[in-house]
Amino acid sequence: MTQSLEILRETPSQTAGPYVHIGCIPRFAGLAGLYPEDLGHSPISEGVRGEIITISGSVYDGTGWAMRDAMLESWQADAAGTFPGSPGADPAVSGFCRFAADGESGEFTLRTVKPGSVAMRDGRRQAPHIALWIVARGINLGLATRVYFSDEDNRADPVLSRIEQRPRVETMIAQATGPAAYRFDIRLQGPGETVFLDI
Amino acid sequence: MDDPYDTAPLIPRDRTAHPVALDVDYKTSVTRSPSLPLLSLESTLTEESGPRFGHDLIGALDNNLILNWSQGAAPAIGERIRVHGRVLDEIGRPVPETLIEIWQANAGGRYRHVKDTYFAPLDPNFGGCGRTLTDAEGRYEFLTIRPGAYPWPNRGNDWRPMHIHFSVFGHAFGQRLITQMYFEGDPLIARCPIVTTIKEKSQIDRLVAPLDLAASKPLDYLAYKFDIVLRGRRQSYFENRPEGM
Ligand SMILES: [Fe+3]
Repeated sequence: MTQSLEILRETPSQTAGPYVHIGCIPRFAGLAGLYPEDLGHSPISEGVRGEIITISGSVYDGTGWAMRDAMLESWQADAAGTFPGSPGADPAVSGFCRFAADGESGEFTLRTVKPGSVAMRDGRRQAPHIALWIVARGINLGLATRVYFSDEDNRADPVLSRIEQRPRVETMIAQATGPAAYRFDIRLQGPGETVFLDI
Repeated sequence: MDDPYDTAPLIPRDRTAHPVALDVDYKTSVTRSPSLPLLSLESTLTEESGPRFGHDLIGALDNNLILNWSQGAAPAIGERIRVHGRVLDEIGRPVPETLIEIWQANAGGRYRHVKDTYFAPLDPNFGGCGRTLTDAEGRYEFLTIRPGAYPWPNRGNDWRPMHIHFSVFGHAFGQRLITQMYFEGDPLIARCPIVTTIKEKSQIDRLVAPLDLAASKPLDYLAYKFDIVLRGRRQSYFENRPEGM
């Protein structure tokens, strides 16, 4: 026998299920009247400093089908690379957004401010990125990935550098499609499978 | 970020505590589970920080699903229950001021959702979602009705046990968790292919809320207790020193 470690285990996850919209974005689900607005309906507000961008895409399952029921959450720093809640952060950036695939087309759009690069604890810098979390029916534990940008210098990013198979790096990079517009498709499984993070 | 603890690195996730990603008995998971290994990394500020929500967000009836849909005018139909508990992290610290959102079917097992076509009736006085913030000790409570079990398209005759969906934020984006609470004594729990995506029986038990008569109110409602544990943070005396010192 040994002394016991007083460590608790994490509560297990369960799928968000097909009706996650009711609980997380009720107005989107047609349940107006409960809350004044959906939580995280925008990560930015009036007067935000920096470049406003849109990121569009779909979440594809292993058959190549654009899922109609996925819900996504994003978390990011402001244009200067400071996270909300930290000293000096842009008060017009909440940094958190919830958005969902369109029930007809499967397309999602995130409208936000382009984040700046973020310092690490050891002084290295991460390239500008947005953390994403994806839940849906059939996903038993939410999937984490990041959106990087094709028009930034991502070469020294400490997370992207850890991807051994270099072609897979592309799965985490949003491609510029026009002024302030990007495309970011997520593939849960199969050819072009997105790199998901255990972080 | 008033608490310095809130800036420490996250303890790497023990994935054995969680469901497997792919389970043939839960058919939708077959095409929605990554087939390549996840990339395991030490957390960064991105995962160690996260959105925080204040009391100004929460309306007076937001944690009362019996009354919130009708805005107090008429109570929802069903067995009245109180669901309460604490949110802690892996090292046993309470998680104060964190947002919990819940959603559920009505007493007949029907969701107020365009895609729910089960023929059980909608209750005009039940919406099916609520939210609250934990207090300084990590405690929370909801008043609601006990949701009904419902059938779902999977194998020939699969039924979801009575359950309430929970979404919890913690203080870090890397702590984000969505799970489901089940009810003590429900014979459908062990038969549910979503429940059994969790392979450790003791971890399934963590999702089954016991009847808590002491917390019930005579002649009014029964109570169920549901504690939630989020990822913890790694604490070390050496952590705040620059490399090599
Ligand atoms: Fe459900």
